[in-house]
Amino acid sequence: MEKLRNGYLFPEIAMRELEHMKKYPTAKVISLGIGDTTEPIPDVVTSSMANHARRLSTVEGYRGYGAEQGNKALRKAIAETLYGDLPIKDTEIFVSDGSQCDISRLQLLLGSNVTIAVQDPTFPAYIDSSVIIGQTGDFQDETGKYQNIEYMPCRPQNNFFPDLTTTATTDVIFICSPNNPTGHAASRKQLEQLVEFARANGSIIIFDSAYAAYVTDDSPRSIFEIPGAREVAIEISSFSKFAGFTGVRLGWTVVPDELLFSNGFPVIKDFNRIVCTCFNGASSVAQAGGLACLSSDGLMAVQSVVDYYKENAKILGDTFTSLGLDVYGGINAPYAWVHFPGMKSWDVFTELLEKTHIITVPGCGFGPGGEEHIRVSAFGHRECILEASRRLKSLLS
Amino acid sequence: MFTVCCEAHTTKVSRNANMAKLQAGYLFPEIARRRSAHMLKYPDGQVISLGIGDTTEPIPEVITFGMAKKAHALSTLEGYSGYGAEQGEKQLRAAIASTYYGDLSLEESDIFVSDGAKSDISRLQVMFGSNVTMAVQDPSYPAYVDSSVILGQTGQFQKDVEKYRKIEYMKCNPENGFFPDLSTVSRTDIIFFCSPNNPTGNAATREQLTRLVQFAKDNGSILVYDSAYAMYISDDSPRSIFEIPGAKEVAIEVSSFSKYAGFTGVRLGWTVVPKELLYSDGFPVAKDFNRIVCTTFNGASNISQAGGLACLSPEGLEAMHKVVGFYQENTNIIMETFTSLGFSVYGGKNAPYVWVHFPGQSSWDVFSEILEKTHVVTTPGSGFGPAGDGFIRVSAFGHRGNVLEACKRFKQLYK
Repeated sequence: MEKLRNGYLFPEIAMRELEHMKKYPTAKVISLGIGDTTEPIPDVVTSSMANHARRLSTVEGYRGYGAEQGNKALRKAIAETLYGDLPIKDTEIFVSDGSQCDISRLQLLLGSNVTIAVQDPTFPAYIDSSVIIGQTGDFQDETGKYQNIEYMPCRPQNNFFPDLTTTATTDVIFICSPNNPTGHAASRKQLEQLVEFARANGSIIIFDSAYAAYVTDDSPRSIFEIPGAREVAIEISSFSKFAGFTGVRLGWTVVPDELLFSNGFPVIKDFNRIVCTCFNGASSVAQAGGLACLSSDGLMAVQSVVDYYKENAKILGDTFTSLGLDVYGGINAPYAWVHFPGMKSWDVFTELLEKTHIITVPGCGFGPGGEEHIRVSAFGHRECILEASRRLKSLLS
Repeated sequence: MFTVCCEAHTTKVSRNANMAKLQAGYLFPEIARRRSAHMLKYPDGQVISLGIGDTTEPIPEVITFGMAKKAHALSTLEGYSGYGAEQGEKQLRAAIASTYYGDLSLEESDIFVSDGAKSDISRLQVMFGSNVTMAVQDPSYPAYVDSSVILGQTGQFQKDVEKYRKIEYMKCNPENGFFPDLSTVSRTDIIFFCSPNNPTGNAATREQLTRLVQFAKDNGSILVYDSAYAMYISDDSPRSIFEIPGAKEVAIEVSSFSKYAGFTGVRLGWTVVPKELLYSDGFPVAKDFNRIVCTTFNGASNISQAGGLACLSPEGLEAMHKVVGFYQENTNIIMETFTSLGFSVYGGKNAPYVWVHFPGQSSWDVFSEILEKTHVVTTPGSGFGPAGDGFIRVSAFGHRGNVLEACKRFKQLYK
């Protein structure tokens, strides 16, 4: 715990937002910082959660403890609806209360004696959970990195995908695609190289596909679209950005039967033990909501909210582009990754906040590779997004 | 296209040695497995489950209404909310503080809302890390020991004594009134203590807890106090460790809505970490717990939290008391049954568990015999630790009809 730097990134941002609001009580602060969904959850989904809650007051409808791995119908629905023609079994799906929790449960599973590689920049939870579980050395101020973690730079120059020829071997490789924060969705070719790399090195890929619903082109939505991935990868995903479930809490992890430790022991058996010992299942109400999301009406409804955010991303991306800035992401993810050459990202964050009352996230919060960049999230009411665009145009033009 | 290899690919990642230390599966899925196997064998058997402590009675309407209302609100512009504070919703934290800790000077900021005690126990272990030693009651709720093994705090399991090395097991049996003889307990960094106790049902007295707090103080230990069954107390045994003076400097308290509100599937609990609790270097434990909660967790479901708030309204509290009272009546029925059959019966008075003594018998054998001959699932005491052998835990959660029927069958078997 002592090794951790300051607080976790997003509560830091929240704190700065509060301070700013105290300083400018009449300012209309627009939050494009923490990637928090803003649009109401479709009726078809919330009605089913409300019905489930009401049924808990009846003799026939009351349910106590659920299976720790999740409700069978939901596991089946995830397998069939979201993995369709991929051979993912419902028994390989573990329903959870979200990716942030799953990441830590996976770290508990792996233990302190494994080495990890992360993209740079990256969603902070992979690193922070690694530090907490004892896989890393100390933080080095000069480099902005923890010892014993392999950081894989992801830059415009390498098309935001690690150069695997220069990446050291580690036990575990965290990859997020579509990526938070850069917004880049790895291509099929890139993922084939990754799977090949993992196979050759005996590594386990932990593939975070929380933003798969935002893919617009033909980039893979699951690591399991790649042949051979079943023997090298775990996939985590979430209803948060897919269905607005950031507060409701629901996600899942896929651990294929074929994934084995070096002694041949199936990883799924140990993950099951973790889930049964350190967890007690996702809320049955949230799971009822998840099932409704995966009905044909539900899918249509949640996808239209995803499309709404995608349109937001386009508006923001276009705004920054029109101002002559290099903008990445935004097409396959709800994040725009904007380059401010030669500037420190906390300075850009502060200037944007002071002068336009817009909250963003400084790129260095995602790792040293994020310096000079700002992450702008596309979650927000349309009018806020449009207003933010106007303010940015007046400041930066 | 998926190419089938003649030899399965194994990764080069070593299995976590701590996972390998665990003996078999977690206790309750094992019980569930045996139950399912039994039901397959006897499809007409009318199995009654007094094993896993799972609530059975419907949740009072005032509470589910609160949850339904929140769910509907999430479909509106004004009512939609995204990420909540990881520590829990302010209103709920305040309600927990005032309802359960009102006169104990604990505040909203000392309360961390969670998805339940089981998850909290592991998060506390992650916070403590692998270099701490721990003590548990023997018998005890298996999650304390299992999470300790997983975190790497223990040595190997010793089959002859059925204990993990490096864990201090504090025997609790009829001879010592189910309270450890602290004069024989070695010092450890962490002490897990559950009262009212799962599985023995014993509630520690004020005097005993005062000694426990003093013991923790003298040894510089942290007490993790599990009070998940506090509402089942029927006498004046303390309901919170913080009723004991000085406890704020040595204790963390874990609790849950599971057994009060039937929230076993809804998932809601809380942990109290007082500001006064400090590590050896003076660093406040609450700061580290806050960091854990912000990094490894993302808050309890907002719908569950709305349910929790409804639980703590005056109407909700009254409703919870009624349901608890129902299970307490079940407990009385079960206690009377076994007592009338001449068994030594413990617990029951302050907890929804009855701890029945079967001297000289293996508890798994008794479990199997009861299951075979009466189709009633119980839990073998040895599943909770070696000092649990010779005992059976009978849980009092069930429809009244099932509890009465189960008792009828017990009477037939043991008359």
